[in-house]
Amino acid sequence: MSKILIRGAKVLGGEPQDVLIDGAVIEAVGTGLSAEGAEVVEAGGKVLLPGLVDLHTHLREPGREDSETVLTGTRAAASGGYTAVFAMANTFPVADTAGVVEQVYRLGQEHGYCDVQPIGAVTVGLEGKKLAELGAMHESAAGVTVFSDDGKCVDDAVIMRRALEYVKAFGGVVAQHAQEPRLTEGAQMNEGIVSAELGLGGWPAVAEESIIARDVLLAEHVGSRVHICHLSTAGSVEIIRWAKSRGIDVTAEVTPHHLLLTDELVRTYNPVYKVNPPLRTERDVLALREALADGTIDIVATDHAPHPHEDKDCEWAAAAMGMVGLETALSVVQETMVDTGLLTWAGVAERMSSKPAEIGQAKGHGRPVSAGEPANLTLVDTEYRGDVDPAGFASRSRNTPYEGRELPGRVTHTWLRGKATLVDGKLT
Amino acid sequence: MQRHLISAADLTRDDAVLILDTAEEMARVADRPIKKLPTLRGRTIVNLFFEDSTRTRISFEAAEKRLSADVINFTAKGSSVSKGESLKDTAQTLEAMGVDAVVIRHGASGAPFRLATSGWIDAAVINAGDGTHQHPTQALLDAFTMRRRLIGRDAGLGQDLSGKRITIVGDVLHSRVARSNVDLLHTLGAEVTLVAPPTLVPVGVETWPCEVSYDLDSTLAKSDAVMMLRVQRERMNAAFFPTEREYSRRYGLDGERMAKMPEHAIVMHPGPMVRGMEITAEVADSDRCTVVEQVANGVSIRMAVLYLLLGGNEPAVSHTRIEEK
Amino acid sequence: MDKHDQQDTQSDARPVLESPDIARVLTRIAHEIVERAKGADDVVLLGIPTRGVFLAQRLAVKLEEITDRKIPVGSLDITMYRDDLRMHPPRALARTEIPGDGIDGRLVVLVDDVLFSGRTIRAALDALNDIGRPRAVQLAVLVDRGHRELPIRADYVGKNLPTSLRETVKVQLAEEDGRDTVLLGAKQTQ
Repeated sequence: MSKILIRGAKVLGGEPQDVLIDGAVIEAVGTGLSAEGAEVVEAGGKVLLPGLVDLHTHLREPGREDSETVLTGTRAAASGGYTAVFAMANTFPVADTAGVVEQVYRLGQEHGYCDVQPIGAVTVGLEGKKLAELGAMHESAAGVTVFSDDGKCVDDAVIMRRALEYVKAFGGVVAQHAQEPRLTEGAQMNEGIVSAELGLGGWPAVAEESIIARDVLLAEHVGSRVHICHLSTAGSVEIIRWAKSRGIDVTAEVTPHHLLLTDELVRTYNPVYKVNPPLRTERDVLALREALADGTIDIVATDHAPHPHEDKDCEWAAAAMGMVGLETALSVVQETMVDTGLLTWAGVAERMSSKPAEIGQAKGHGRPVSAGEPANLTLVDTEYRGDVDPAGFASRSRNTPYEGRELPGRVTHTWLRGKATLVDGKLT
Repeated sequence: MQRHLISAADLTRDDAVLILDTAEEMARVADRPIKKLPTLRGRTIVNLFFEDSTRTRISFEAAEKRLSADVINFTAKGSSVSKGESLKDTAQTLEAMGVDAVVIRHGASGAPFRLATSGWIDAAVINAGDGTHQHPTQALLDAFTMRRRLIGRDAGLGQDLSGKRITIVGDVLHSRVARSNVDLLHTLGAEVTLVAPPTLVPVGVETWPCEVSYDLDSTLAKSDAVMMLRVQRERMNAAFFPTEREYSRRYGLDGERMAKMPEHAIVMHPGPMVRGMEITAEVADSDRCTVVEQVANGVSIRMAVLYLLLGGNEPAVSHTRIEEK
Repeated sequence: MDKHDQQDTQSDARPVLESPDIARVLTRIAHEIVERAKGADDVVLLGIPTRGVFLAQRLAVKLEEITDRKIPVGSLDITMYRDDLRMHPPRALARTEIPGDGIDGRLVVLVDDVLFSGRTIRAALDALNDIGRPRAVQLAVLVDRGHRELPIRADYVGKNLPTSLRETVKVQLAEEDGRDTVLLGAKQTQ
């Protein structure tokens, strides 16, 4: 089995060190390690992080292979520095049975770019009415532990309560897409000053906050844990902060785009900025950054949502919601959190690797960069600055809001259990 | 150089006054035996209507024909063609036929802006109403009607609406007419007050250049013009107000309320009116109600806009806001 | 293009007609109109904006003095009938004001300040066509500077002024410019 010596890498942003990989495992971390018998990768001061873990990815397969497949999605993930992704359940058919989740899981294993951990639907067909066979999905080869109706909210309080209770039996977690459906009928963008001017239907912050408030109270009541997907408002941050202070077992994620972009961009009526939950205000963006820095928000998750060109090349109301994010996530986090001084690289590693792996119980991921650990690693050139060019994406879709925007940082290498999936920015 | 009219907010004060002054001259054409000018001869304009609006389409068509343009009417209503893909496809098909301008009515807010800025077509785009966003020619014809009635046909030339107090009453939330009017009337120096039940005022209205009131009676005595917006009965079922009767009682304009307005003040309505809902028949049929004039003025305004955008080698209005983008 | 050229006058332009000349010339034209129209019973004067309108009004006053009758006078804006619309941004429109009794069966005398290419008059004839059917149309101009591009000639000319294409002719009238004069100058080099 081959050896790889990563020479002079700033592990978690610290002093340059050498990291020796033997097979699928990190053999040693130190200075002046021998390169004998090893292929040498000169890191030259790049930052070495544990392979990133995305708790919120839409791979679209089965059903919408025109926008993404497990293959193209995991290649995009490897390009972005990820070694594990959690694939959301809103496929066609919905991932609400053991059969579908096993299929997605196996596809990920076969392609070998990135571990794919399927998320199971909470309710049959994402319809919010009847619990899916959560236990069967857990016991399947896919070993599902995270359940979500993402794209739709589990809005029925009784169904949500039962789901939270039921998954306790096998240590699962429900990830809630917090969106009160009646308050968001016809919603097209954040409700506020910009929506009033543009005449687009409003998606009020309270529609997210009211569900989060209810769900943390439900989680407390039944003694379960709950995960909140893509937090987008300052008010949501306050509720999570309060819930954590009460000892409620809640975790929360924020997407890169909600850390950077605001609803002012909707003035262009360009549907590339159409996403759910919608882009909010500057005040929300700053509150989300602060919450991610202080740990109120636990993790960054991409909500990578590929859509074919024709679903975005149209008028706003007709366009699909969502943005691709796997290949730009780390750059956006560097721009908004690291370069602003809010977070260290060790903090980034926690929020984009170890903590999401812990929430989703992704075994072998999010581990420390130290001897004896699985060699899931990503090497980042943090000095790089460049314009985002979607033409170079590995994803099948190009619906990025960052086209032409200059962002810092570039993932140059990714190793999945010692096997290079990305070398010098090129997929293997 | 942009050749579009997308939003009333894009017009400067001088642009707006130029359009109103030009419309005054266009209005005179209607009094002639031959109501036609050769100005847009050889130019092709398509009226691309994704939403039913016979009034607006006919008004544009009359304006286009009076200026001798070749007119193509394309009504694309119906579920299969009102889907997103077909806006682009339809527009490109029309452009391939050599269209110089597209007058577009669309149910989706922002569709005309998208058409003008997406690079799909090169033709000039004129917004004939998009979703709950904008309806700039309606705002222009309203301002034209106000200037004529409140200042005078000749006395108004070159003038804006400085100091005039305009009250707009009704479903502001769903109204492109209200949005366009607030923008344009503010540009023209008027003071605008919106009156509606709080449920029919958008969140975010606080940044608009106008006042908001929930009390119609207190605004009437200080209004030079009261514009009543249509209130659709369906809104009642969505709990925007309890009953039609209660709405009429609190926000409808009847003879008694009209009597509280200053003697010179006018009543306006963009049409179609829901008699008995926001306006009584007595008010609608009174001399102070300008509904019919507004329709006639619409043709003059649209002639002016078409002439100023398409009559030369480049537009005569500056559209500062769009160019910045 | 005659209107445009007038604006390019340099400051060293020299006057070719002064205020008394203009008054005298207009008086002569008024007499000629009465003579040619055999009493001017059915004359309607239509000035072409801007300065043609003021000239028409002055002519009307003189005709009224001669005939002791009210002479209908109006204005005819030709902007929308120009053949060079597509070569410039759209211009602001001037007023078209047709006297109450109309022009049908009347003798319309078009009045303009300078006759140059003839294109303005061509546009004016088109505009007239959309307004009514005069018995006849005649043309009165203060200055004819030559260089016709169309088969058009004036019936009444204040002054024939042979010019080169490198020269400009600018008419100034008290109503618009504060003084009466006709200036001949060299075209500004761009």
